This record gives sequence, structure tokens and C-alpha cells, in this order.
Amino acid sequence: MEFNSTILSNVEMSPNYWRIRLTAPAAFAAATPGQFVMVRVGGSIDPLLRRPFAVYDVGSTTKADGTTTVHFEMLYKVVGKGTTLLSRLHGGDSVDILGPLGQGFVFGDDDEEKLLVGGGIGLAPLYLLARELVKRNSPVRLFAGGRSRNDLLCLDEFERLGVDCHTATEDGSHGATGFVTVALNQHLDALAGKKATLYACGPDPMLRAVAKIAADRALPCQVSLEAAMACGVGACLGCVTPGKNHSAHTPDYRCVCAEGPVFESSELKWGASA
Amino acid sequence: MSEKTVNMNVRVAGLDLRNPVMTASGTFGYGEEFSEYVDLTRLGAYITKGLCLHPRTGNPTPRIVETPGGMLNAIGLQNVGIDAFIEKKLPFIRSVDTPCIVNFFGETPEEYAEMAARLDALPEVAALEMNISCPNVRQGGIIFGTDPDCAGSIVKACRAATKKPLFVKLSPNVTDIVAMAKACEDAGADALSLINTLIGMAIDLNKRKPILANVTGGLSGPAVKPVALRMVWLVAKSVKVPVIGIGGIMNATDALEFLLAGASAIQVGTASFINPGAAQKIVEDMEAWMLAQGETDIRNLIGALKV
Repeated sequence: MEFNSTILSNVEMSPNYWRIRLTAPAAFAAATPGQFVMVRVGGSIDPLLRRPFAVYDVGSTTKADGTTTVHFEMLYKVVGKGTTLLSRLHGGDSVDILGPLGQGFVFGDDDEEKLLVGGGIGLAPLYLLARELVKRNSPVRLFAGGRSRNDLLCLDEFERLGVDCHTATEDGSHGATGFVTVALNQHLDALAGKKATLYACGPDPMLRAVAKIAADRALPCQVSLEAAMACGVGACLGCVTPGKNHSAHTPDYRCVCAEGPVFESSELKWGASA
Repeated sequence: MSEKTVNMNVRVAGLDLRNPVMTASGTFGYGEEFSEYVDLTRLGAYITKGLCLHPRTGNPTPRIVETPGGMLNAIGLQNVGIDAFIEKKLPFIRSVDTPCIVNFFGETPEEYAEMAARLDALPEVAALEMNISCPNVRQGGIIFGTDPDCAGSIVKACRAATKKPLFVKLSPNVTDIVAMAKACEDAGADALSLINTLIGMAIDLNKRKPILANVTGGLSGPAVKPVALRMVWLVAKSVKVPVIGIGGIMNATDALEFLLAGASAIQVGTASFINPGAAQKIVEDMEAWMLAQGETDIRNLIGALKV
């Protein structure tokens, strides 16, 4: 659906990382973990295109008179023109939203361990997922990585859900020093072959490493991809990514916005860069 | 206010359209993708993504990049091919009471003619739009669209293969758009759609590389509108067949300007990416403008530019 949304709050939570809360129609409460929205920032022709953002959380408030209002939240990193403009908006300002869009995460068996791996802003779609998995009584762990502690977002909120958080930073300012995949591998070793599903979102090198770990250990793994998009509804075919059978002779492209943004990592081509 | 007081109907190349607003090929999928956002029966017509004989998977990525007031794309005519189109897309098209115009192309003149013949056999297809102007593929596309003799010969081949209205979509990447338009008209085109995208490029300074994997791409969006308006104006006064204006139409004002410049109908393209309901909104806002102006017939605006 497309709707005009009022900003409830828009705050910088860590240098360059922002958290925005927006009003939504009641039907938005049906958004599932891993889905995204396309946000039109400003009404002018520059920037022209909407920007895609993962849905971080969805909630509702019931007032004394019994009316319920729905809101949702997004996390975003200021990286360019669109996000710079978004960060300048205040509570009471409005933006145009298209969504929720795309195919979200699949939950799988409730009793197996769910291992969430997030890099930097890639944590954004994992919170709603963690909430849903905890609701299903699945054991959930989060492996969060970043360059420094400033890139680790909202860990306390994951902890409040009862999620065990493992952190790693490249500069050692929080948790283990190095890549988050080291801690993930250690935990998988400790699991000693017990069933687990991996869910990952973050920079390409991290996703590639997690996909490889999943493939080596024959574990199911879902990744949420980020891509430059124009339409967000599967029409322009601008956001495609190579699928597992892709080669120069057998092109196999998957549409990130409509077939994803969440894919089984085994369905994608990880060798060559997109 | 009653909408009945304004006539929005236009007749283009033998097609009676409830209004002059269409969606542009490549920006509207096969119609179904937008059915949640647009009441297709409020549009004059909709045009599906460029179709060819065999499935095409398109160009490597990145395929799109935003530029000031526009975007570059190099999708590479990814499409399902005519067999899958007939099997998977036609049932939806059959269910919509709005003319569906199928944009098509081939890699050789023979393939163009074969596509025209196969589309001619489909009752769900109201008209054909030949793409001789895609900037992002080597075979087909723009090779045929930059040489008047070459364009004339493939239009003639397609003309012989179909009795349905035949639109030809023209490239702006030529020195003489009027010569191209006349060649297509002489070869039997029933209408001319213009403009396709302008070839452009974008560079990532720090990587010292082009942003698009295809290096170049087609520029669309509001940035191209002035170029499109001029070309529509030039062509419309040089040919007898109707001209369909395309290029950066974001709102009713833009659409009405194209009509004044001589377009008998218009196509909404990139605007549908930003606002999936853009085409329908443009119809509604055009009607509102007409009412506010006391103008009773949209046809009075076509070519009414005071120069």
C-alpha cells in the first residue's frame, strides 16, 4: 500500500545511525520480518527515487477511547542525499511510504537454534525477526559485528527479548576483535552438528562469509539483501542479483525487491561480485 | 462536479481510448505488478515491457543509478519471451477492460516480423509498439533506430505481418528525429511514440569506474522532459500519423504540455517507479485542470501550442 506517514520521532542513536518512528495505517501491522518499505524523501525531483529501508519494528498503541494506531520504525545510516534529507526531518513532518514490500524471512522449525548475524545497519531487519522467533519459543542468538562499537545498534533491545548477543568489532572496542563470523563459527562448533538456521543481513563480504559457513556445514541460511531500487514492486528489474545458476552463458537473475529481499543463501551466486 | 462535462476520449491509430494517458513500456511490468496501486480501467491504455521471441535475462548489475532529476537504466530488455507471455501474462491482460499495447523487438528484421505476426494472432493485444530504440542492447534496439532506411525496412516488414495498429517508438539519440519519423510513417507506422531514453553515463569518482555494469544507460525522468517536448513538437508538425509523447512526464501539467506540443496521447514512465499510482493520478488531475479551465474536450488541446 502507499500512504502518507507522519514522523513521530527521528533521532541519531549513534554517530551517523538514525532511528525513525512513523505512523502507519492499521493494515501495516501485517508487515512480516524482513519486509521493507520504499520512502519518498521530500516532494521534489531530486532525489527522484524512493529509498528502500527494512522495517525494524512494528507496534500499535491503543488509546483510552479504544482506537488503535499503528506505527513502525526503521534504522538508517546516513550515506547519501536521500538519507541526509531524511535525517533533517522532524517529528510532525510527513513522508510518503510504499509498503510493506517483498518476501520476508521464513521461520522454520521452532525448536532449532536460530542464529542471527548482523553487520552494522544490517541489524535493522533482524529485530522484528528476533521478536517473532522468541514468540515462537525458539532459542535465538544474535551475532552482531561492526567496525567499532558505534556500529553495533540496539543490542539492549535484543537482550530485552532474551536474545543472547555475541559481538565483534574490527577495532576491538566492543566484544571480540575481528569479524563476527569467528564467534559464529565457534558457536557452531559447540553446537556439534545440532540443527540450526542462520539469518544474516549486512555488508556483502559478511553475507558471503556467512553463506560459505552455512554451505560448509550444510545449514539452512537466509540472507536479506540490500540493492539500489527504482520501483520496489518488481517492475523495473533494476535491482536484480545473480542466482545460483548464473553464468555468462546461463544468466539467472533474481529480483531483490519482489522475489527477495530475503533469499535462501543457497539460491544465490556468491562467487562473482554482483 | 461531474466528469461527464469533460471529454477525455481520444482516438489514436484506430484505437478509441477513454483518455490519452498510457503507461510506458519497461516501467509498468505486464500491468499486473501495479494492479494494487492503479485502477487500470482508469487509464487510456497500458504498454507492457519489451517482448521478444525468446526469454532474455538482461544486463549484468548494477543496472540503475539515480542522477539529478532522473535515472539511468541499463536493464537490457530482460523479458519472459513470447511463449511465457502468452501462457502467464495474457490471462491477466484478458481480464482488464483497457487496451493493452505490447512493446516488442527482435534481434533481426526476420525476428521483428515474426513477433509482429505472433502478436497479431492474439485478440488480447490491442496494438503493437515496435521498439527500435533501446540504447542498451547491441542487436535489435537502437541499431535499427538510428538509420532511417534501416528503420523503414523493419517497419515495412512488421507492417506486412500485422493488421493491428502499429506504433513505432523512436530514439532521441539521432541527429534528425524528423527523418526517422518520416521514414517510419512512410513504411506504414500508424503512430509514433517518442522519446525513448537518452544515452548517458555516470561515474564513481573514488572507484574511477562507471557506475553501471553496462557503462552507459538510458536517461529518463524529469531531466529529459525539455528534450522530449521539443522532439514531439518537431515530429508532430512534420507527420500525419499521431504522435504519442513520452519523456519525464511526472504530473498532469507535464502531460498537458505534451498535448499542446502536438501529442495525441502520452505515456507515463519513470513516474510510476516513484508513485505507482502516477498514471491514474495524472488522468484525474488532467480532468480537474480541464474543468477548472472550462475546457470541454481534451482534443482541443492537441497541437494547440501558440507559437
